[in-house]
Parts: sequence; C-alpha cells; structure tokens
Amino acid sequence: MEQYAVEMLHITKRFPGIIANDDITLQLKKGEIHALLGENGAGKSTLMSVLFGLYTPEEGEIRINGKNAKIKNPNDANDLGIGMVHQHFKLVECFTVLDNIIMGVEPVNRLTFLQKKQAREKIMEMSKKWGLHVNPDALISDITVGMQQRTEILKMLYRENDILIFDEPTAVLTPQEIEELMQIMKNLAAEGKSILFISHKLNEIMAVADRCSVLRKGKYIGTVDIKDTTKAELSRMMVGRDVKFAVDKEESVPGEEILRVEQMSVASNEHSKDAVRNVSFSVRRGEIVCIAGIDGNGQSELVYGITGLAPLKSGSITLCGQNITKAPIRQRAGVMSHIPEDRHKHGLVLDYPLEDNMVLQRYFEPRFTNKMGFLKRREIRAYADKLIEQYDVRSGQGAITIARSMSGGNQQKAIIAREIDKNPELLVAVQPTRGLDVGAIEYIHKQIVAQRDAGKAVLLVSLELDEVMNVSDRILVMYEGEIVGEFDPKQVTVEELGLYMAGAKREAVKQ
Amino acid sequence: MILLTQYTLLFASVLMLVALGGCFSERSGVINIGLEGIMVIGALGGALVMKFLPVEFGGAPVMVLATLIASALSGMIFSLLLAVAAINFKADQTITGTAMNMLATAAATVAVKAMNTAASGGSDVSSDIIYTRARDTFIVRFGTFEFNWFMLFALIALVLSYIILYKLRFGLRLRACGEHPQAADSVGINVYKMRYAGVLISGILGGIGGIVYITAGVSSWKFENGVAGFGFLALAVMIFGQWKPLKIALAALLFGFFRALGNVYTGFDILKNLNLPSTVYNMLPYIISLIVLALTSKNSLAPKAEGIPYDKGSR
Repeated sequence: MEQYAVEMLHITKRFPGIIANDDITLQLKKGEIHALLGENGAGKSTLMSVLFGLYTPEEGEIRINGKNAKIKNPNDANDLGIGMVHQHFKLVECFTVLDNIIMGVEPVNRLTFLQKKQAREKIMEMSKKWGLHVNPDALISDITVGMQQRTEILKMLYRENDILIFDEPTAVLTPQEIEELMQIMKNLAAEGKSILFISHKLNEIMAVADRCSVLRKGKYIGTVDIKDTTKAELSRMMVGRDVKFAVDKEESVPGEEILRVEQMSVASNEHSKDAVRNVSFSVRRGEIVCIAGIDGNGQSELVYGITGLAPLKSGSITLCGQNITKAPIRQRAGVMSHIPEDRHKHGLVLDYPLEDNMVLQRYFEPRFTNKMGFLKRREIRAYADKLIEQYDVRSGQGAITIARSMSGGNQQKAIIAREIDKNPELLVAVQPTRGLDVGAIEYIHKQIVAQRDAGKAVLLVSLELDEVMNVSDRILVMYEGEIVGEFDPKQVTVEELGLYMAGAKREAVKQ
Repeated sequence: MILLTQYTLLFASVLMLVALGGCFSERSGVINIGLEGIMVIGALGGALVMKFLPVEFGGAPVMVLATLIASALSGMIFSLLLAVAAINFKADQTITGTAMNMLATAAATVAVKAMNTAASGGSDVSSDIIYTRARDTFIVRFGTFEFNWFMLFALIALVLSYIILYKLRFGLRLRACGEHPQAADSVGINVYKMRYAGVLISGILGGIGGIVYITAGVSSWKFENGVAGFGFLALAVMIFGQWKPLKIALAALLFGFFRALGNVYTGFDILKNLNLPSTVYNMLPYIISLIVLALTSKNSLAPKAEGIPYDKGSR
C-alpha cells in the first residue's frame, strides 16, 4: 500500500512582488493527523489553494495516493476524495443542516426529486458513528458555531472523502468544543482518514497531531514528529527565534480614573432582553482591565456602548472627567482608541489602500487636509510609510496595498499601528489576537503592556483564558450581560474563572 | 360580482406569473428590475402571433399554444440581455434592468409603428395591434363568467414553481446560488449556469405574463403604453410574497383584486355612489403596494446574495 495520501513536492507559487510558496514539500501519511504550522502570511493558505486547484503552481507536482494528479478546480479535488472545512464556513444560513450536507451530491430519483429521507438516514448513521451530533432539520442560522462545524465535517464524510483538511478549525470554538473536535479528529484518523490540520495554536498541535510541517515566510522549514519535539522548538521553527509565552510585565501602578461606566444597559440586536444589564466599573491610568467571558455574554455590546457604535439604553459613561454618554464617535475617538472585534467590519475599509486606512479617523485634520478640503496625499503617504516601518506591517506593495489582500495578522497590525499612534488616554482592545499566530500575539501583547506602562488605561476584552491570565491586571467576568465577578489574576485559578464564566458562581461586585 | 371575480383572477394570474418569474431570477441571485420590459416584449411576440396566425389554422388549441410559446420565447430571448450583462459582464443589475425597461417599450412601439405604416401604405402610423378574433379562442364561457385558459396556466406555473424550488435538486441548487454562491461553488455547483437558468425562467414567465396582461380586457393594444407598470407591481407582489410561491399567489390575488376594482367598480352601487373619479380606483393597486411595502419591507427575506455579481476569485 502506498504510504502517502497526499504528496506536494517542491511546490513554488509566485505572485507579483512575492513568492508565496518557495519550493515547499508536504507529505501526508495515510491515517495520520499532520499539522501545518506557520505564521500568518507564511504561505499555508496559498499551499491549500494549490491543492484545491484554485492556483496553478509554477513548479512542483502533486501526488494523491501515489498517483500524479492534475487538479484544476475544487471539483477535481473533490473527485480525488479531498475535503476541507474552511475557516469561514461555507454554509447556506437559511437552509437546514441536511440541505447543506447533501448540496452538490443530492440523492435524487429519476425525475430529480430530492430523496431527503434516504439522506437523513445516512446522515444520522454517520452522526452516530463519528460522534458528530447534529439536528438535521435545524436551520444553520439557529445552531451553534460548534454544530455548524460538525455540519461541515459531515459534509466531507457524506462525500466519502478520505483526505480531510481543517483550516484553523478551533478559532471559533469554546474550550469544550475544542476538546470535542480534537476527539473527533482522533477518531477519524483511527478509522483511516488522513487529516491535515492547519493551525498556529501550539497547544492543540501538541495535543492532537502526529507530525508537523512548518512554513516560514513562504519557505519550507521542516517536518518533525510531535512526540520528539516541544512547544518551544516548534515556535522557534515557526518564528525563527525564541518566543516567550509568558508576558513580561512589571507590577501595575494604577493612577487616576480614566473611564467610568455607571449602570450601563445596552439593548440587544437579537433578543428582547438587554445584552448589557446595569454594568458599572472603572478603568484607571496604568492598568489593564480585562473583561473575560464566553462569547455572546454581552461583551461586544458593552464595547459598542463605550465606543459609541450603539446607543445606551440607560446609564452613563465618563471619560477623563467628561460625560460622553451621548458624545459622537469622532469626539470619543480623540481620547479613545478602539481595536475592534471584527476587523473587517469595524476596523478597515477592505477595498481601500493601506494608506487611506491609516488615516481613517484623522484624514480631516489640518495635517492631512488643506484649507480647500483637498487631501494632502503626500503627507498621508509619508505618515502611512512611517507607521508601516515602525510597526512592521507587511504587505505586497506597501502603502498602496489594498487592505483586503493582506493577511489577517498584518491587517491587525495595521489597525494597532493606527490606534496606538493616535496616542489615546484609553485603549479599548477587543480580542486583539483572535486568529493570530504566536509571533503576532507576542507582539500585540507587548504593545498593550507598553501602552499601560506609558500611563494609558487599557480595557481588554478576551475570550482566551491564557490571554486573560497573562496580560491583565484586573479581571471582570461577564455572564449574561452582567459583571459577576472581579479578580486579581495572581489570586485566581483558571478553573475558578471558568465557573464564573459558565454562570455556576457569582458574587456581588463592589463598584 | 362575477365580473369582479373574473378580473381579479385574470389580473392575479398576470401578477402571479410575472412575480414567480422574478422569484426564480432573484432566488438565483440576480435582481430582475427588467420584468416590465420582459412583459412588453413577451406581449409583442404573442400579439404578433395572434394577429398573423389565422384562427382557422388548427382552431383554439393551436392558437392558445402558439401564442403562449411565442410570448415565452420572446420574453426569454429578451431576458438574455440581463443574463449576459449581469452574469458575464458583472454589470449593475438595477441599471441593466432599467435600461431593459426603457428599451422594450421603445423598441416595441417602433416595430409596431413600422409594421403598421408599411402595411397601410402610410395611412396608419399607430402602435396598435388588433387581435379580436384570436383573443376569443382563449376564453371559455360558463354563463356570464369568462374562463381564460391563462388562469389555468398560472395555476400550473404556481404548482410547478413550488415543486421546482423546494422538491427538485435544481431548486435547492438555485436557491443556494442566491444565498451563498461561494458555498454553492465549493460543492461543485456552477453558479453562472444556475443564474442563467434563473434569469431565463423569469424571462419565460414574464413574457407569458405580458401577453395575458394585454389580452385581459381588450381586443387591441397600444404598445406606446408598455404594460403600465405591471412589471413593477409584480415585483411588489414578489416582495410582499417574501420570495415564496404560495405567499406570492396570495399577494397576487390581493393586488389583482384592487386592480380589478378599477375595471368594474361601476357595477357596485356603493362604490359608484361615492362619486370618486375613476382614476382613484386605477391608482389603488399602486397605492396599496406603496403602503404594503413600506410596512413589510423591514423584515424582508430577500436572498442574501442577490444583486451581487458572483466572482470566483473574491473571498
């Protein structure tokens, strides 16, 4: 029997100005879980696009089960038994789970009537066999992200794919769901499926993978057996230097109060219940206050209220002694910086060049606009170049790169550069490291701590417990729109926090 | 009363056919503002057959079928304009549709005028087509109630639409293309083909709707008038019907009723005694559509990807 399910040999793919894949070799053994590790922009996505026939490589060859394969489009890949769970699910929201699974390979009778009963039986059987619990009749828009992902996995299994690719599958999941997914992946591999696991979360790779191939800046660094390696070694291969996992920081020295939120309530877009209920807290100069909690417990709306993206239902906000409860966003933005949760929706104009994104909140300042109302393009370019240099934002064409074409990590770096360079009194950062690799995370944490040390107030919203414990000086736990606990990270355990986050425990928080 | 029922059913048939057509197009992801124009061209194709095909040739069944096929084909060919512009060239669908509407009425007027001028040696320069005898073949009389074969066709179209959209493989794929074309593409569905199918079906149904409309109450049609905004009314029916065939049928009945009222209100003493000018009744369906859409458009269930040209490369 052929040893390898997929062999990508000496793949080279060039784009204008950049070599995305430079002589990369990836060999996936049958029945193994093989991790593909690399920073954002290291070339993982390009390599997968080559495997799926979206890009044609200039050099190299692909072998599937030992046979030379010409893959020209995703259908060819499908025919070869390759399936992929994309990072952004490809599911039709207003269709049922069942419809999504069968779409494209629908069982039909001779008159092309859909045979859903037959499909349902097959799906239920698979669901039981692999421990992939789904409700086939629920609409995608009504189910949890975890179930959506299980639907995507069932989609591959329904097509009887043997080569399964998971593209950063844990980015959107809760810790319990991640546990489950890891178990499912192990079961699948035990049954002979070959799994390619794209990730930059070292813990997960160590927990689930058999081997790991590392890419860095488009180059192939090497492949290691997980049992013979360590987290530190993997991260060194990925980043090219030693990475510190703990965040270096001094004891915080809080100064005067910068932000004060009192009795704040914010309506919800989805439910009749308010998303934020009667929340009061303050953030002082020189401290990092972290809002912890499971996704969807009102953190987003809390930030919308503070930054002005949504109106308050009741309560007040004071920033640097001024009541800004009803202040317009531009007025708030003068003293408050915001690294938004959704960088595509609230952080960048994706079809604008990088330089315009850099001055999104400042283009009207005399520095960038003359008295006639014309933009000073040269000033904007110079300013953008300065930020790009200073914050090491990497892109294909520098200041004129369209934001959409940049990698997620570099988009985030661009936002951070813009927001920190404004020199705010308060920095509001919402999941600033979501979807980023260790190198970028380390960088962003450093920047946040530097802001604190420069005497700024920082409000950090995070779903990652590691981040909560490492970065913050004070932790507030949010559950169902209320603050249910306040902790000193040095005196609380992750388990204890988890109980509060799940709503099993609560305490009256002193205001 | 019978007259009111008859006209309600007839106008509802028109609205239903055209709205179902719009439904197919939009479900596949292409906004079809051009329904009005498609109706005009469909009506022209049908009217020409009615004028030139002798009634004696095969009698009623041949006349009905030939007219139906001619309208459907004309509508379909005209809708190709939208398909090519919106799907291949990724043009703005609203602008393309508007252009089609302007083109259709103008082209139909010019064509009919040229035809009449040539046939009469210059004495008749009107844009009218007269089809009195042919129209009679569409109708079966039950007492005073005039049953029109097209009412049956509309009903068949309704049933077929429901089955196609919800029971067939084709419908599942078509709807997926209107909601999330990237997802459809990722499972090997050809989004371009499905969208072509959606637009062409809307051309067929819109074209048939056109001939039904101009033959509804009269035995000649002035093509300068186009179809008097009925294509837009059908769009309102489609939106009010939430892009779902059964709801579209109900909405079509409602709007058809108000349109019929304008034709026959003089038969009701209460309405006649109100002494309102007839224009008020003629305005009714349009006013109702404004009100209804203002109230219901907030929770619209429009296909998510409609109006957005599909580009394989974009992420």
